Amino acid sequence: MKQSTTIAVAMSGGVDSSTAAAILAHEGDGSGVSHNTVVGLTMQLWDQRRLAGKHGIPDTPKAGRCCSLDDVYDARRVAEHLGIPYYVVNQEERFERDVVRPFVDEYLAGRTPIPCSLCNDHIKFDQLLRTARSIGAERIATGHYAVNEFDEKRGRWILKRPADVAKDQTYFLFGLTQEQLARTLFPLGHMTKPEVREAARQHGLTLAEKPDSQEICFVPGGDYKQFITAYLEEQGEAATETAGELVAANGEVIGRHAGIHNFTVGQRKGLGVASPAPLYVLNIDPSSHRVTVGADAELATCTLRARRLNWISVAELTGPMRVRAKIRHRHEAAWATLEPAGSDEVLATFDEPQRAVTPGQAAVFYDGDEVVGGGWIV
Amino acid sequence: MRRVYCDANATTPLLPEVMEAMRPYWMEQFGNASSIHFQGQKARAAVDHARETLARFFHCREAEVVFNSGGTEGDNTAIFGLLRPGDQFITTSIEHSAVLRAADRMAERGVEVTFVAPKRDGLIDPEEIRRAIRPATRLGGSRRTLVSVMLANNETGVLQPVEEIGGIAADAKVFFHIDAVQGAGKVAFDVRRFGCHLCSISAHKIQGPKGVGAMYVRRGTPLEPLIVGGSHERRQRAGTENVPGIVGLGKAVELAMESVEDGTMERIAALRDRLEAGILAIPGTQANGAGAPRVANTTNIHFEHLEGEALVIALDLKGVAVSGGSACHSGSTEPSHVLMAMGLDKNAALASLRFSLLKTATDEDVDHVLRAVPAAVEHLRALAPETASSF
Repeated sequence: MKQSTTIAVAMSGGVDSSTAAAILAHEGDGSGVSHNTVVGLTMQLWDQRRLAGKHGIPDTPKAGRCCSLDDVYDARRVAEHLGIPYYVVNQEERFERDVVRPFVDEYLAGRTPIPCSLCNDHIKFDQLLRTARSIGAERIATGHYAVNEFDEKRGRWILKRPADVAKDQTYFLFGLTQEQLARTLFPLGHMTKPEVREAARQHGLTLAEKPDSQEICFVPGGDYKQFITAYLEEQGEAATETAGELVAANGEVIGRHAGIHNFTVGQRKGLGVASPAPLYVLNIDPSSHRVTVGADAELATCTLRARRLNWISVAELTGPMRVRAKIRHRHEAAWATLEPAGSDEVLATFDEPQRAVTPGQAAVFYDGDEVVGGGWIV
Repeated sequence: MRRVYCDANATTPLLPEVMEAMRPYWMEQFGNASSIHFQGQKARAAVDHARETLARFFHCREAEVVFNSGGTEGDNTAIFGLLRPGDQFITTSIEHSAVLRAADRMAERGVEVTFVAPKRDGLIDPEEIRRAIRPATRLGGSRRTLVSVMLANNETGVLQPVEEIGGIAADAKVFFHIDAVQGAGKVAFDVRRFGCHLCSISAHKIQGPKGVGAMYVRRGTPLEPLIVGGSHERRQRAGTENVPGIVGLGKAVELAMESVEDGTMERIAALRDRLEAGILAIPGTQANGAGAPRVANTTNIHFEHLEGEALVIALDLKGVAVSGGSACHSGSTEPSHVLMAMGLDKNAALASLRFSLLKTATDEDVDHVLRAVPAAVEHLRALAPETASSF
């Protein structure tokens, strides 16, 4: 008989993590363990009141943002309903240091960050796992849509795309180490979103119909530019001067812009210049603050380089490998050949040119449904 | 699982005698104490009887006892009811938030507010209070000064020198309020000796019901009511009397007075001392505020190199209920403002836990805690040796 384990479920107050908690509390983790001790944990990551009302940020945080009181309340009500112990743990300092500050700095450096991946790497699967272990839970579970399985042959934990391809969150999870994967459960990996909502109803969760959150959790109202301005002001930092020239691909200066953090590669709106054909951001130069714009066709590139790599299905990349590469969350993974390019760097060459390869985003490589690994686009 | 409750400073269970005393006042004796009929008179008699008990407890006249909803209301009433724009308010940086947030609001409304910090051992120096008092200088009228200091600190248990502060207040002819929520029922109590004009207590900290408390208001103190309406409580506090609650408070106070006299506190102090010594045997621990006089049931321990929040959860899952820091709006832990005012840094404050024993605590309870704590601390430190330094 297997020993019963204590599992800490990261509960955000949303349908997914609530249902994950309900499944574990009632059905076990599918490995034959029927009597889990399940503990609910919610991380207090960001005080939504901090920047409320400043620079156009709404006064009252909406539900669906991290750490809004409504979401903590919802998570607590689910835990009460399931009869599991529930705690809120304060991770505000770490979240600001490892997620919010890098998010702001990346934009100011002309890149387009993914805070969700930073949060997964530094908070959920690092600090939360540590907290879980320190309270006696050797494993954590989350409501991510991903499959995590141990492959005996390779002796490795393998991260795979979930049953619900539309909800696939593996792109945000490429940074998980073998140690982290070994201690993580994704109870929703084999379910579709409608099945999850149905399971939520079956378990009597009143939030079964709660809408999904879409935006960056700590950016109320969803306008990251307002957030950056308000955050820098709160920090007493003069809004870093990143204004500069807007130039055409041929180098001709066609206007000025108020700061490079307002742009992302591939962006069309808000360029502030009139043109007969639509213009897109092609490149952001953090040193000269120059933003190059041009036609859509000029956004296409055949290669990308990625650094700060993490490998999952392989121990390391030793030679060229055929993969499908995903360069942003909503990108359809495209065929590419991957090859090592020096220490901790890879070169991916796409079969077909890809639109808007964006520094700061992750490149995640797939072999069929398996995540081979990934890195950060430079 | 055996559960040991070591969080008596948060709240306490009703004593059976209190439950019994309250029982008739929900259904049989349900009258409104303001009504002139039989049912009303029964309720009135119960409230008056409790008032008599409270007067014995405070050492005051019955007319000087005002029932209310608890400690926060008492603290708020003292501050909002006495101070006007231009007045002066002197309090300490280790008060309960019921005083601190009220002080902030007073500052917004034009009251000059001074927060006196404690010494490293958690004690307020009465001379600091004396120095903070400024002569009445308001033009065209007398300027009021109110001093508010707690009897015992909720997190460290440190007993403040209220008698000396009362003497200073009398010399300077300023008003003095004591937040006695944590001290009441744990030490000998006499508002005449304390020299205060106002004093707030709460029932649920002394094994009475939640949602009821009382305030001593010295005769002649120009206190405006916080809640207005009917002429209850001699127009000092409107709202239909919470008769069962008041009866419960009266009974709890009666029993608390006995336990201060009958050796209970000495027994609890011995248990607390054994608990404290046992925990301090763990390397890298210190007791916060242990050098000062303290109430018998409380000890506050700093565990170097760990996160108090995780230790609270780990201990709860092992059946030991303690607390650390103060709960923020979401229910997660923030560093204790009390410990930080005593000079601990944020990490040390976050790594400190409060153990506060019930009067009914036993040797077996302490044994259980002393088995659970060292194991949990060792486990936490083994997992996150770098936590405290990297936080």
